[in-house]
Amino acid sequence: MQKVFERPKSLNDRPFHYCPGCGHGIVHRMIAEAIDELGLQDRTVFISPVGCSVFAYWYFETDNVQAAHGRAPAVGTGLKRANPDSIVISYQGDGDLASSGTAEIIHAAARGENFTVIFINNAIYGMTGGQMAPTTLVGQATSTSPYGRDPKFAGYPIHISEMLATLKAPRYIERTSLNNVANLSRTKRAIKKALDMQNKGEGFTFVEVLAPCPTNWGLDPNESIDWMESNMMPEYPLGVYRDVKTAEVKS
Amino acid sequence: MKVLMKGNEALSEAAIRAGATLYFGYPITPQNEIGEYMSRRLPTIPGGAYIQAETEVASINMVYGAVSTGRRAMTSSSSPGISLMMEGISYLAGAELPAVVVSIMRGGPGLGNINPEQADYFQATKGGGHGSYRMIVLAPASVQEMTDLTVLAFDLADKYRNPVMVIADGNLGQMMEPVELKDSYPNNYDHSDWALTGAKGRKGHTITSIYLDADEMEDYIHKLYRKYGEIERVETRHEEFLTDDADVVIVAYGIVSRVVRSAVELLRAEGIKAGMVRPITLWPYPKAVLRKLADTAKFFLACEMSMGQMVEDVQLSVEGRRPVYFYGRSGGNVPTPAEVVAAVKQRM
Repeated sequence: MQKVFERPKSLNDRPFHYCPGCGHGIVHRMIAEAIDELGLQDRTVFISPVGCSVFAYWYFETDNVQAAHGRAPAVGTGLKRANPDSIVISYQGDGDLASSGTAEIIHAAARGENFTVIFINNAIYGMTGGQMAPTTLVGQATSTSPYGRDPKFAGYPIHISEMLATLKAPRYIERTSLNNVANLSRTKRAIKKALDMQNKGEGFTFVEVLAPCPTNWGLDPNESIDWMESNMMPEYPLGVYRDVKTAEVKS
Repeated sequence: MKVLMKGNEALSEAAIRAGATLYFGYPITPQNEIGEYMSRRLPTIPGGAYIQAETEVASINMVYGAVSTGRRAMTSSSSPGISLMMEGISYLAGAELPAVVVSIMRGGPGLGNINPEQADYFQATKGGGHGSYRMIVLAPASVQEMTDLTVLAFDLADKYRNPVMVIADGNLGQMMEPVELKDSYPNNYDHSDWALTGAKGRKGHTITSIYLDADEMEDYIHKLYRKYGEIERVETRHEEFLTDDADVVIVAYGIVSRVVRSAVELLRAEGIKAGMVRPITLWPYPKAVLRKLADTAKFFLACEMSMGQMVEDVQLSVEGRRPVYFYGRSGGNVPTPAEVVAAVKQRM
């Protein structure tokens, strides 16, 4: 019998600890598939952030390092400069990347560091229990914006892909979503494209993935997809924000 | 052959010759010569890299990434910048990574000033960062020692997989003295059993410091403390000057030890039996030598460029058996030998 679907080599057989309907497991699998398809497994160093994916290293059959909150792009800079032949993947959520780690992500991008950042944007803090994130939508209720995010004192959501696209060094920036099969395919293609560019030494690559968090949104997985489509996707338009081969090659 | 070099530059060259060709740092006075020197030298060395990081927080995390590959890397800063690195130092200790951090102390607290002080002793030796960890702390007293102890710092970091701090003050960083450097220093530690070089022909390696289970976390902390115990037994370093018959033992480290050396000579010339203990490792602290001297000395005087921080370790070492006094200056003022002599006489 022909085998048509199997676990990627770069992913081990440990069951994910993520909640039902969470986006992390889907994106983990896509990254592992892309690593396999590009033949990068034995050169990959995967950086786990602080957040629900702090234990991402449980799942990847690669070298792994866990970074302090928000600091993954600095850790990635050190890894890549010390060993330019490695393939470095920084996997970060919105609290980690868009709040604690804004300095690190902006400057890694501005330097055109030759590694790949996968940014999971679910508009909320997951691991700490559903607090307001920098990406939380106006009016969205969280455990620290119980009356809904009020721009009068909590400001407006941060659009990281758009901000990074103003820089000259980044090679590739795309925002995708996990809301339907077509966008899952686009997400996988974007991740693979980013890793391929890194492998060719073309510079900084960034894929922002809009992802559901049913547990902290207080919705079931299907309702979460509907909420993403009607609320998150209008705020965070999908698409390629930068695909320019002007950055100086780093390695 | 001896050459005349500034402390900060001599230290930088020693680090390079010890194989630390990766440097990450952020400008702050009075240690800018280190970053400037590295930015000139490292791009000319194969495999070398210099990055001016966006913050000290990023610097220490770049070091965290770089040393994860098994290569030697370092950062440097001064007091307010070292404060920002404390998170990263805790992570380095928690993940058992070998890294060297150079701290060229200035005046504080707050923004303070750019004058030399020794007021970051607590920060360096008593934690600073969060959690149960220890950092080896080396305190040079000359430009020659700025180089020798930097080389030692890399060796100890590699040997114990632990962060090591070389701590000096603005004087030592800025002053020029003759120094002898070797062409290169050994760098032969094998990190292939844990370094992140890509899982080629082996299982993946993981570097982390998170242990959710209470027993697992406690076991891990106990493992770290067995290592720290070994470091205390094996790596404690100090220098003694005229302590054999000393009634008065003055304890000082770094630049202050040079002032105290002169003060001891002045006191001896007046017939007062003074001596000095100079801790070279601030952690581990040379407790045993001070405890032994308490058998014969009449009193101890800790002398620092602070309001009194190391003095607490002298008190702990002496265990209340003899009086322990303190004399210090701060704000960037350096005690003079005459001041130290007067401080001793006042307590006799």
